Amino acid sequence: MSILKEEFPVAAMDFVTAGEASAQIKRMLKKLGVDPGVIRRLAIACYEAEINLVIHSDGGKLMLELNPDNVTLISEDVGPGIPDIDLAMSEGYSTASDDVRMMGFGAGMGLANMARNADHFNIESIVGEGTKIEMVFDIK
Amino acid sequence: MKLKQIMQLLSARPLTDVVDEELEISCACASDMMSDVLAFPKEHMILLTGLVNHQVMRTCDMLDIRAVCFTRGKLPTAEALEMANEDGISVIATDLTMFIASGKLYAGGMNNGTIG
Ligand SMILES: Nc1ncnc2c1ncn2[C@@H]1O[C@H](COP(=O)(O)OP(=O)(O)OP(=O)(O)O)[C@@H](O)[C@H]1O
Ligand SMILES: [Mg+2]
Repeated sequence: MSILKEEFPVAAMDFVTAGEASAQIKRMLKKLGVDPGVIRRLAIACYEAEINLVIHSDGGKLMLELNPDNVTLISEDVGPGIPDIDLAMSEGYSTASDDVRMMGFGAGMGLANMARNADHFNIESIVGEGTKIEMVFDIK
Repeated sequence: MKLKQIMQLLSARPLTDVVDEELEISCACASDMMSDVLAFPKEHMILLTGLVNHQVMRTCDMLDIRAVCFTRGKLPTAEALEMANEDGISVIATDLTMFIASGKLYAGGMNNGTIG
């Protein structure tokens, strides 16, 4: 039984609201008294995932699930997908446009950073369909 | 080092309604790329940046960064400043370049935060 289950839609290329879902999730977990260390790691990974939905997908959602011993975060989108996941995971690789770089993103650090902050990280992608990332953050 | 000392070292002026000069800062990070900042965050860090849009403040919010210094005379957008005021982030600005500002902080005893 999960304590909390919540979905947050994320629109493609909307830089005005980009990050709002992550900010909301962070506030929510803080209010529920989740361990600050877990919140810190999750907030970073969540924000990276949200920005990826904004800059790389055609739209998607973040799904949050709080359980007694972990927090699970799933990012799922409809979009171009990732042809070479190993390459996409390597730090410095980015297909982001100059416009996105002007916004301060597109250093090619996001996926690796998500994997580093999560206790469990899984990514699946189908070219032409979309990408799904599942991250689990253990509560000790 | 207190934010007050940083402001003196950089001849920086306050931009937000409230600037907490007593804020204890233990390291600095200089970058225009928010994904770089997100990759190596530390606590009690000040962010030096030339990126002026509101994603700077979002990034600070996610990382609990309490102080930002804009370099080379750049000023945050109205939305960015509004967000900083709402979130209680202390924002200051210096006319020094990022390189010189970083050098002055380093020479002044500031620890290396993250990048470079
Ligand atoms: N949801 C997605 N849909 C399609 N492609 C993606 C998606 N997420 C990542 N990618 C691809 O993987 C690459 C690497 O992603 P990563 O998040 O590591 O870096 P980035 O988003 O380009 O830059 P940064 O995260 O540093 O701002 C992207 O440039 C893009 O080509
Ligand atoms: Mg990314």
